[in-house]
Amino acid sequence: MINWFKYSSPSSFYPLAGRLIPVFWMLAAILGAIGLYIGFFIAPTDAQQGEGYRIIFIHVPASWMSMFIYCVMAFWSLMGLTFNTRLSGMMTSALAPTGALFAFLSLWTGALWGKPMWGAWWVWDARLTSELILFFLYLGYMALHAAIDDPRRADRAGALLSLVGVVNVPIIYFSVKWWNTLHQGASVSLTRSPSMASTMLWGMLIMALAFWAYTIAVALMRARTIMLEREATSEWVKHLPDVKEIA
Amino acid sequence: MQTPFLAARNLRCVRGTQQLFENISLELNAGQWLYLQGENGAGKTSLLRILAGLALPAEGEVLWQNAPIAQQRSQYHQDLLYIGHHAGLKEDLTLTENLQALCRMDGVRSTDAAIRDALTRMGLAKRQHLPVRVLSAGQKRRGLLARTLLRPAKLWIMDEPFNALDVHAIADVQNLLKAHLTEGGMVVLTSHQTPDLGQDAPGFILNLSGAR
Amino acid sequence: MPLMAAYIAALQRDLLLVMRRKTEVLTALFFFVIVTTLLPLGIGPEPDLLRKIAPGAMWIAALLATLLGLQRLFAADHADGTLEQMVLSPEPLSVIVAGKITAHWLVCGLPLVFLAPVIGLQFDLSSDAIGILMLTLLVGTPLLSLIGAIGAALTLGARGSALLVSLLVLPLYIPTLIFGAGAVESYIAGLGATGHLSLLGALLILAAAFAPWATTAALRISLE
Repeated sequence: MINWFKYSSPSSFYPLAGRLIPVFWMLAAILGAIGLYIGFFIAPTDAQQGEGYRIIFIHVPASWMSMFIYCVMAFWSLMGLTFNTRLSGMMTSALAPTGALFAFLSLWTGALWGKPMWGAWWVWDARLTSELILFFLYLGYMALHAAIDDPRRADRAGALLSLVGVVNVPIIYFSVKWWNTLHQGASVSLTRSPSMASTMLWGMLIMALAFWAYTIAVALMRARTIMLEREATSEWVKHLPDVKEIA
Repeated sequence: MQTPFLAARNLRCVRGTQQLFENISLELNAGQWLYLQGENGAGKTSLLRILAGLALPAEGEVLWQNAPIAQQRSQYHQDLLYIGHHAGLKEDLTLTENLQALCRMDGVRSTDAAIRDALTRMGLAKRQHLPVRVLSAGQKRRGLLARTLLRPAKLWIMDEPFNALDVHAIADVQNLLKAHLTEGGMVVLTSHQTPDLGQDAPGFILNLSGAR
Repeated sequence: MPLMAAYIAALQRDLLLVMRRKTEVLTALFFFVIVTTLLPLGIGPEPDLLRKIAPGAMWIAALLATLLGLQRLFAADHADGTLEQMVLSPEPLSVIVAGKITAHWLVCGLPLVFLAPVIGLQFDLSSDAIGILMLTLLVGTPLLSLIGAIGAALTLGARGSALLVSLLVLPLYIPTLIFGAGAVESYIAGLGATGHLSLLGALLILAAAFAPWATTAALRISLE
């Protein structure tokens, strides 16, 4: 049983993260290559949508990731508020920009897909609208975190916000779906395509894993930078090999 | 060996990226007082807020009657009176209204007569129905200190209670503190001048300037 | 019951403070009126169009007016040190916070319910539609105060807090907006408003249970 709490202090987590980052970059590159290959070369041409549909191999995994990252942020927030560990806050704020990026990517690829399909760059489809609101939630977290000067307080306030957010996301999604059906809006569900060929599913799954590896790599990198910034005056930072060289 | 009422173990305080102090420990028994000294920015207010439970220390814990204060908030708050830096009063309300609201939100039953008496004892009888806005800084301070007479609390944590007070008022407040200590209460305070609480009252001085 | 006493004390204190500064309150109400007046000016005065956008427009104006009032919920108490005293009260902070939120609603939310008929007439809504609108505002504005309080508590002492609160709280207001405006639209369309109203009511109960507690946690964090 790995003693997780051993790694909950920045000084022991920093070197561990350093070793893991290249591993995850490699995973991301390999999985990404496989996923894109499947998506763009192996998966069959869709009968109705032609070649243009292939963008779902980026769009759908990006949506999944934006949602998943928000939940992971909520998990770390809960850990941070309960156990008062410094690392949890750093991980949450390290994940946020990547989550926002995926939300934005999802919206953008959704628009790129939508234009040839529905003739409009944006439709008020329930899922797209929910994705947009999720993007706002990410922006809100980042804005709050940036607006509070004290880093510990910023982490804790952000943690509470992300917990409140995660509880609200199902409510928001439900209300947007309700709103959509009431107004008979664009009822074309982006994933409602009849029984997806299994290759398509595999492609999306592998892309999702690639995105996940990328997220971990980037978040760890960001977290390490945050650790260095915050603990600049502490002993363990002064003794780091990369830091010693300059002195 | 009696258990100290108030105890703090290995407190460490970090503000932003700066460490203010570490390894601060203290103990306070009934009838004792603690005077926090230190230059500006040494962390006196931060320490007071940590002791009051308003702020969390980066490390260490504060104990009241041998239990962490986080686990007994309601009880600790009942035994504690905190007088902070700020005025602590609403400018648009009168002293009487302020004290009434504070008492009721604290769950303390206090009659109008009791509030009137408290304000009279603090020399504010003529000012009790004026909006706090028009009072001087010293009068506002005395008004806030009137709370000590309305709420029986064992521990008084005070951040510069003598601020803006003239010589007479300072003497009055010192008498107030002495009486509290004689009854078995405790005081933790900061001040720009060393308070004179009499020869009998056992006091400690904690100087934060060297504790980085 | 001491809990009720603390709740009422907080409520009374905030109401008393408002009485001493009546103009601040009226500004929020006038804001509501002005925003709803801007819409026909911006969109055009055709009665059919106005009737269609009325529920949504009035609900959005209500959202914005409530947001404006959130500035006053904790910031003043934080500045003069009275918030610290409340946090250190032996009574549960969530009870005191609930009192303050109620005061906020009474000052910023409830008046909107009474202003609704006046504005509704400007938009040529039928009188029973106005009635439904008032009902949705009655149930929904406490929701806005409850959710908004969390945002106000989180942004205490943060830079640019006025705009920041809006960014944090508006996404969370969306379900209330959808069900509130939707109830009126649904009623006008002949489908009845009960579904929406019950959902709104359920959200209110959820928020009443959850929000004071979350606000309390946010206040403690902001005061650290």
